[in-house]
Amino acid sequence: MNGGALEDAHREVERVARESYGRLVAYLSAHTHDLAGAEDALSEALLKALTAWPRDGVPQNPEAWLLTTARHSLIDFFRHERVVSAGEPDLVLLSQKSEEAALETNFPDERLKLLFVCAHPAIDPAMHTPLMLQTVLGLDAVRIAGAFLISPKTMGQRLVRAKTKIRDGGIRFEIPEQRDLPQRLDGVLDAIYAAFGIGWDDMAGGDRLGRELAEEAIWLARVLLQLMPNEAEVRGLLALMLHCEARRAARRGSDGRYVPLSEQDPKLWSPSLIEEAERHLAEASKIGRPGRFQLEAAIQSVHVERAHSGRIEWTAIARFYEQLNRISPTIGRRTGYAAALGEVNRAQDGLSVLDAIDQDSVSAYQPYWAVRAHLLQALGNRSEARHAYDRAIGLAEDSAIREFLLQKRG
Amino acid sequence: MQFALLIYESPEAFATRKNDGADAYTGAWRAYYRAQVEAGVYVAGDPLEVAETGTTVRIREGKRGVQDGPYADTKEQLGGFIILELPSLDAALQWAARCPAASYGAVEVRPLAPETKDRIVR
Repeated sequence: MNGGALEDAHREVERVARESYGRLVAYLSAHTHDLAGAEDALSEALLKALTAWPRDGVPQNPEAWLLTTARHSLIDFFRHERVVSAGEPDLVLLSQKSEEAALETNFPDERLKLLFVCAHPAIDPAMHTPLMLQTVLGLDAVRIAGAFLISPKTMGQRLVRAKTKIRDGGIRFEIPEQRDLPQRLDGVLDAIYAAFGIGWDDMAGGDRLGRELAEEAIWLARVLLQLMPNEAEVRGLLALMLHCEARRAARRGSDGRYVPLSEQDPKLWSPSLIEEAERHLAEASKIGRPGRFQLEAAIQSVHVERAHSGRIEWTAIARFYEQLNRISPTIGRRTGYAAALGEVNRAQDGLSVLDAIDQDSVSAYQPYWAVRAHLLQALGNRSEARHAYDRAIGLAEDSAIREFLLQKRG
Repeated sequence: MQFALLIYESPEAFATRKNDGADAYTGAWRAYYRAQVEAGVYVAGDPLEVAETGTTVRIREGKRGVQDGPYADTKEQLGGFIILELPSLDAALQWAARCPAASYGAVEVRPLAPETKDRIVR
């Protein structure tokens, strides 16, 4: 076996692992509800592939090969455990299926069920995103821990606990009924967006990790869209993330300095991502069910308009934020609304919006203080502005943003 | 519970401290300190002089030994510490990430050991 073929085989294992991980875990766990068991079986199969494929050649259907191999280890595991009563039906099911497995090339895609399981209301909301990143995308706990600023050991324990709850807690692997669907889908969308948000904020030093996580979130939204093509908010979320992603290169000057959105050079924005975002947003609005992600995407769309018109329609942005806050007022959206009011010469109104937010909830929320500082400065209240700038600088994680605010503070 | 943020800095970062107080280094640290005080989490803290000013003492088999310089010979040296009162390690890691030194050095988060202290001071 020459080195080239070995490399090819390894690349193929990597590619299948990347593209099929979630489908395989979803299918392997759909009946057993045992995510950890499915993941273990799949890692074992991937490990076997690393030896078998370079030796025997890459199988014609690599996914089916992995599925059969993983299923065999699952069956071995069940036999080993001598699973009684509760486990037996699973064992029977698995063995029956394993006989057809070699022929099976088109196993059902159970990822949608898996996404709903990960974002189930019975699971700690803080674990929805980490669970998705691990079970659907195959990211390891150490990487997820880094992105979430959690100790790797703790993240590992929390993932195990969440999976145990899924296995033993009677959480069903199913697509929620129509009646529960909007609320349950919200949970899934929030978890995907949280992954993107972390990737987006994580710019200082960890630039690469941040970008990867944002890309993973976009990938998840694409998977979801493929599975639920008629949900307007799924398209809204994808449009929102694509719009932000389109501007990534413009967020830093050539010297690494932070460039705020309103001062970015539109020539550095990605036309293809913007075009795709706009297409999804248009498709979404045809469905006629507006929602928060569509509104957020619409705000991004107004910003992008500047590339043609040369000016930002802040009035439109303020109006979208107002609608957003009527539907679902979060601290972030209220802060965004206040910022937009400041841009249409209503800094005082913006300040009132900020004043109405519970102070305890913003004591460590950086954007609140940055916007507050900006509004106070616009109103000529220099000493209070400097105080707010200090809070914003002290809470900033990104050294480029810290520098930017230090300069504005003066 | 209380956590110590142990701040590690390279010699280059230490060198930027020698300035007039109106610079970005001091401004960033001042803002970080104020954000902690106003969030109600700050307990104590101090910067340390540069590592070369350290002097290390050991007594081995009754023999005194004194050595110029810090105890550990590493590139990044302990440059200061902050004690914070926080509900969890998660919260402590959030504050560590906001520390200016996290962008150019490293911040180690360690819980204080109050039970050990109780036994000692009892």
